[in-house]
Amino acid sequence: MTATFVGMPAFPEAAGKALADTQLRRNLAHATGTIRAKRAAVVGEVDEWEELRLAGAAIKDNTLRRLDEHLLQLEKSLQARGATVHWARDAAEACEIVAKIAHAHGVDEVVKVKSMVTQEIGLNEALAEHGVTAWETDLAELIVQLGDDLPSHILVPAIHRNRAEIREIFRRSMGDAGRPAPPGLSDEPAELAAAARLHLREKFLRARMAVSGANFAVADSGTLVVVESEGNGRMCLTLPEVLVSVVGIEKIVPTWSDLDVFLQLLPRSSTGERMNPYTSTWSGVTPGDGPQELHVVLLDNGRTRALADEVGRQALRCIRCSACLNVCPVYERTGGHAYGSVYPGPIGAILNPLLKGVGVDEQTDSLPYASSLCGACFDACPVRIDIPEVLVHLRAKVVDAHREGAPKPEAVVMKSAAWLLSDARRLGLAERGLGVAHSVLTRFGRRVLPGGRRALGRLPWPGSLWTNARDLPAPPRESFRAWWRKGGRP
Amino acid sequence: MKVAVLVTCINDALFPDTGKSVFRLLRRLGVDADFPAGQTCCAQPMVNTGYLDEAVPVVRSFVAAFEGYDAIVTPSGSCAGSVRHQHSVVARRAGDPRLAEGAPKVYELSEFLVDVLGVTDVDAYFPHRATYHPTCHSLRMLGVGDKPLRLLRNVRGLDLVELPAAEECCGFGGTFAVKNAETSTAMGADKARHVRDTGAEVLVAGDNSCLLHIGGLLSRERSGVRVMHLANVLASTEEDA
Repeated sequence: MTATFVGMPAFPEAAGKALADTQLRRNLAHATGTIRAKRAAVVGEVDEWEELRLAGAAIKDNTLRRLDEHLLQLEKSLQARGATVHWARDAAEACEIVAKIAHAHGVDEVVKVKSMVTQEIGLNEALAEHGVTAWETDLAELIVQLGDDLPSHILVPAIHRNRAEIREIFRRSMGDAGRPAPPGLSDEPAELAAAARLHLREKFLRARMAVSGANFAVADSGTLVVVESEGNGRMCLTLPEVLVSVVGIEKIVPTWSDLDVFLQLLPRSSTGERMNPYTSTWSGVTPGDGPQELHVVLLDNGRTRALADEVGRQALRCIRCSACLNVCPVYERTGGHAYGSVYPGPIGAILNPLLKGVGVDEQTDSLPYASSLCGACFDACPVRIDIPEVLVHLRAKVVDAHREGAPKPEAVVMKSAAWLLSDARRLGLAERGLGVAHSVLTRFGRRVLPGGRRALGRLPWPGSLWTNARDLPAPPRESFRAWWRKGGRP
Repeated sequence: MKVAVLVTCINDALFPDTGKSVFRLLRRLGVDADFPAGQTCCAQPMVNTGYLDEAVPVVRSFVAAFEGYDAIVTPSGSCAGSVRHQHSVVARRAGDPRLAEGAPKVYELSEFLVDVLGVTDVDAYFPHRATYHPTCHSLRMLGVGDKPLRLLRNVRGLDLVELPAAEECCGFGGTFAVKNAETSTAMGADKARHVRDTGAEVLVAGDNSCLLHIGGLLSRERSGVRVMHLANVLASTEEDA
């Protein structure tokens, strides 16, 4: 995969491009609509869903509160089981560690379990620089990789593609990466899956090293957990000699009984299934069975920065289910690429600024504004992350980061509005202008709204921001305040 | 009980009829509500855009304006949500807990009618085919549930039809509507299409801000659909017909 999110424009511009792609919008509306309905149905079956959400949030919060202790316990348990534990401050350190392990074993290719964290750190690209090819083995990630594309969804990274497009990608690119697509491949899902299976089997049987992430890391037993649907993960976790698992430090749960809560929350929230088809757990090394060398890379990469944010730290509860993406009306229309990150959608709009910090680049600073604050994400979140609350909090951080220097037009507008709105007398005086505006603009307002009120059509900038697509009612003759002051009573 | 009406800045300046309707409706139900003249805005535009320092004096004037009242009623789910959920953020910023605790409880109109007054039939008459859009903040931030619909179902003459995908956001989102205008209007276009599909003459909602957006699109599309605040519908009687 050579495609990269680096240099993506800010959200409004990227979204504008995506919105113009009608095929993309159809693909997204269909796919998110389907998952949304499935999720709603299986969540509706669980009477104690709210209690489960509260439990999930509480376990994560308590764990994060004493993260240092839990991490040291995890390290100890993993080591006791024969794993080697590495600590990585950032993406560069983590990639370096994985590359070194690959070199130590003389491998030039690795197979990968679908993992968000390795995409976050750009592992495939880093390994490529070291002469090591990373093969994605999850079907959707394979589609993205073969298409030299970027993931647009956490769970279904090729959600922006339909089956005809997938057929084309397989026919065009499979041969360059290994076993070519069978001749006469149709766009039937079963045939496409069969082609991927044949293509991947070769890689599973040949690879000597695998790289995974982990959905959870159980501290007391030193167990890593991956949940998946296709079985490709199971192949990667059992066949190669060497396994490297890159794990964000927030993935920790203290015990197996804590894990129980999340194994109920995650599948219903993500794929809309009661239970996911494959749950793999592994603890260290078992002689003669599975990988004989296990490396665990514990990664910070901004997580301690997020943890230090009192409001934002709840984002570290995230279990990457992507329920928030599927219910988000913004995501449904723009797709994931517009967010410029492997973490798109509502969670990406808060996670990226929390991990990277605000005030550094325009793209990241635009993300907290990529929401109408409708709150559908909070309702769907299985660990009760109040995403709208964090979005508003981050907007304040973005504004505060730009308070020095020349104010933007928006800041001038807000400051003026605040001045006007902090004193009713000032506002009342300003509203006297309504009468004039009413008589002037009503004359210009050629359209008449149903009900008889005049409306304004296209206005010059900045009014055009509103009126490019929407009419605007002409101002009333007088404000409510003025009417009331005159003794107006209903 | 001393009741004050928070008319809201957008209704004050753009939709005074909604403010008048609230008073008319409350009077009919025997509530002598007041319009505290010191009121301006709940500060939501500043808070939601990230201008917390700028929100502080606005919230301060809000608290001062409503001092001494027992309850505040407002024809806006969004402004009620802003007061209930965001003034604490502004108070923290200012280091002044009074900004969060100083004002009496704010009720969105349907909450006040159903929960406080205990009425679901307000003796209204509105002989039109209408559909109802539950605005996001009334639905998800306040949890008003079906209170607006219970009120509407008792309006005589009203032919209430169901709106498809009703609970999906219309795309207004405050400054989102201009900062991400294209995404906002893409969302609104779908909402407007659902409204047109119902064949309703009137779209009703509890927030004029959302209606400004959806109505602007419906007007641009020359759909002929009129948008109307819940308060205006509930205030209507045979005399208006």
